[in-house]
Amino acid sequence: MTIQLGIFYILAVFTVWAAAVVVLGKNIVRAAVALIFTFCGMAALYVLLDAEFLAAVQVLIYVGGITILLLFAIMLTSRISSATARVINDQVVLSAIAAAGILVGLIYAAMRGIPALSGPPRLPETTPFLGRALLTTYALPFEVASILLLAGMVGAIILARKE
Amino acid sequence: MIPLSHYLILGAILFSLGVFGALTRRNAIAILMSIELMLNAVSLNFIAFARYLPQTMLQGQVFAIFIIAIAAAEAAVGLAIVLGLYRNFKTVNVDEINLMKW
Repeated sequence: MTIQLGIFYILAVFTVWAAAVVVLGKNIVRAAVALIFTFCGMAALYVLLDAEFLAAVQVLIYVGGITILLLFAIMLTSRISSATARVINDQVVLSAIAAAGILVGLIYAAMRGIPALSGPPRLPETTPFLGRALLTTYALPFEVASILLLAGMVGAIILARKE
Repeated sequence: MIPLSHYLILGAILFSLGVFGALTRRNAIAILMSIELMLNAVSLNFIAFARYLPQTMLQGQVFAIFIIAIAAAEAAVGLAIVLGLYRNFKTVNVDEINLMKW
C-alpha cells in the first residue's frame, strides 16, 4: 500500500509539473509537448484507479489525436518573430486571485465535504461492463455523442476551408 | 489504499492551473490547451469517484468517456476557428482581436 502511495505521489508531482509548464511556459511548442506529458501522467493515474480502458483511450485520443492537432495549428499560425513576445496578458493578478480562490474552495470541499469513502478493494474488469453500459443504459447519449462528433467534423472542415 | 481526497486535491490543483492559463495566456491555442487541462482534471475526479463509491456502477467512467468525446469535438472546432482568425487577422493573440470590443 505504501508503494501505491509512493507511485501516486511521483505521478502527481510529474503531472503537476508538466501542467505548470503548459500554463506558464514561454514557448508555445514546448507547452504543447508538456501537454503530452500531462496526458501521459493522467493515463498512468487512471491505471492506478483501475480504469485501464480509459487510460488506453486517453493515450489514443489525447496524446495521439488532440495534441497532434494542436501542434499542427501551432505550426500553421505562429510567427517566428513572436518567439520573444509577451505570452501573458494584463490581468495576471486578478486571474491569480480567481484561480487561487477556486483552488482553496475545492481543496476545502475535498477535505471537509466528502466522507472518507473506501470502495471495493479492487474493481472487477471494467471494459466489458463499460461496453454493455454504453449500448444499453447510455445508448441515447452514445448516439447523441456520435451526432455531435459528426457535426463537429463537418463544422471544422467548413470553418477551416479556404473560400 | 490512497485516500480519495488525494485525487480530489490533485484534480483541484490541475483545474486551477487550467483556469489561470485560460485567463492569462494571450495565444488562443494556449487557451485551448488550458481548457483541455481543465477537462482532464474533471475527468480525473469522475474516475476517482467511480473507483471509490461503494457500488460499482461505473457511471464516473461513462461520464469520462463522454467528456473525452466532447473534448475531441471541441478541439477540432476550436482549432478551425483559430485558423480562421489567423487567416483574417494575421494573429492569434486574443487581446489583439478586439473588433467587437467597444
